[in-house]
Amino acid sequence: MPTRAPRRRRNLAPVVFVAPFLLLFLLTFALPIGYAVYQSVMDVEHTGALGLGGSHTVFAGLRNYSDALSDHAFVRSIGRVLLFAAVQVPVMVALSAGLALLLDSASARGVRFFRAAFFLPYGVPGVIASILWGFLYVPGVSPLVDGMRHLGVSVDLLGGDTVLWSIANIVTWEFAGYNVLVLVAQLRTIPAELYEAARIDGASAWMTVRHVKLPLLRPALILTTVFTIIGTLQLFAEPLVLKPVSSSIDSAYTPNLSAYNEAFTNDNYHLAAAEAVLLALAAFVLSFGFLRLINKRGGDA
Amino acid sequence: MSLQTPARTVPPKGGKPDSDENTTPHGGITGVTPRSRILVTGLLVAAAGYFLLPVYWLVVASTKSTGDLFGSFGLWFSHPQFLSNLRKVVTYDDAIYLRWAANSILYAGVGAAVATLLAAMCGYALAKFSFAGRDTIFNVVLGGVLIPATALALPMYLLFSEAGLANTYWAVLLPSFVSPFGVYLCRIYAAASIPDEVLEAARIDGAGEIRIFTVVALRIMTPALVTIFLFQFVGIWNNYFLPLVMLSDSKLYPITLGLTSWQSFADRQPQLYQMTVGGALVSVVPLMIAMVVLQRFWRSGLTEGSVKG
Repeated sequence: MPTRAPRRRRNLAPVVFVAPFLLLFLLTFALPIGYAVYQSVMDVEHTGALGLGGSHTVFAGLRNYSDALSDHAFVRSIGRVLLFAAVQVPVMVALSAGLALLLDSASARGVRFFRAAFFLPYGVPGVIASILWGFLYVPGVSPLVDGMRHLGVSVDLLGGDTVLWSIANIVTWEFAGYNVLVLVAQLRTIPAELYEAARIDGASAWMTVRHVKLPLLRPALILTTVFTIIGTLQLFAEPLVLKPVSSSIDSAYTPNLSAYNEAFTNDNYHLAAAEAVLLALAAFVLSFGFLRLINKRGGDA
Repeated sequence: MSLQTPARTVPPKGGKPDSDENTTPHGGITGVTPRSRILVTGLLVAAAGYFLLPVYWLVVASTKSTGDLFGSFGLWFSHPQFLSNLRKVVTYDDAIYLRWAANSILYAGVGAAVATLLAAMCGYALAKFSFAGRDTIFNVVLGGVLIPATALALPMYLLFSEAGLANTYWAVLLPSFVSPFGVYLCRIYAAASIPDEVLEAARIDGAGEIRIFTVVALRIMTPALVTIFLFQFVGIWNNYFLPLVMLSDSKLYPITLGLTSWQSFADRQPQLYQMTVGGALVSVVPLMIAMVVLQRFWRSGLTEGSVKG
């Protein structure tokens, strides 16, 4: 909280403390966003016969945006990550909350071991997790797929209908344990008196979960949900790594993959910039939309 | 526009003992039946199996020859030759793997250290001084938490290449120095845990602001700083998109990028499959051990972030 009226010699201090971070923040956040917006409304125009007369950059208005939004592959990639988010976010949050409540329950033994085991994958980089799971998905290498075949069940984890959920599994594997840790930490802050009161009121274990633990977990659940939403829209490394083993993944499988491909394969920076801006906007709208929804519903509680 | 929920405040932490030693969880419910214990344990074991399975597969696979990797049962050992695999991983291509490892340590270590210091300075100032634009700065930084890092990487690459910074160590380091989440955490933590009276007393004793920050504030904020350092370290270590976009010289690659470059050549050189597996194990094990050992720091810091979150 603010200290009392700043004295003279202190006036410069906050500037000195804030300036280094702020300068780098401007360089790596504000400037790139501004530059992306600028690039996204410009375009390269070729002159002369067959466009061989040279090229220059011209103002294009919203043309790149309309190009991006009328590109079926890009629009499909947005739909794909939204579908992905609609399934993966609730599954991940529910799984994390379930495991956290199990760890926190009176019946749990070996809590430290389980907590460590769940958290371990968070230390595995997304690309390496994808390489690992990639081996576990490919028939001939994967003991899972081969084992299932021995049992007479043939599964194709890399097919058109399944590969998105194989990716969802990788993402869940990586981050669920981290979320469990956040939620367990939150549960540990619940004062023992609340449990005591619930017990005296004759609450069952389930009622304690429902009426004491879950409401107090709300802030942590909101935080995990927002971060999961943002993470989902950024999907990149997982599909990129699985691309060589799954013919169902194309170069516009996710919006991020599409923007990367436009920029570095097709050299179309302006379209790539428009796609990056759309991606950032979508993340903003979804995160804030979710926060507002939550605040509206629970604001009076 | 803030992530804060007004319901709770952060309790100032005065060395509150971590409940790590307390393996008896406080469900507070009496009369645990053997049946519920078996059920809970069963579910936890199943979950642990899920999280540990790929790691177990990795350990087994790293001991195999390229032929056995594809030709033998994946969940059991066959002609273990871990040491010779390991030697191939670290010596291949003039020991490029070791260079990638050193790069990762440089990016993550230096990046996280600088990011933590800058976040501490900024968060402390936002919490303990009143000045024009303070709330604006905080809200803009908070907005930064919600921007997907990958949406920034492309335009940043274009800017950096115009400035001649692309494909240099700085291209990965500079963005790593910035942690909006760190500023957010430091501000909350400093506001809750550094008493104004202590700062006033130091000022009356004639201490300068920078001295007060380094001697008083940094010490009180240490738990939050450890959390930010760990977050940032793991974040940079695991980052893939930024180095992929920024770097073209494989000598500058971090380990994540290096391993995928091996993997992408494995079609033509099958031995690279085995090396990708071995390299992945070597890169993952130290961080996993660190995760398990440092868990308690994470948890104590995470509560600060999530209680207000």
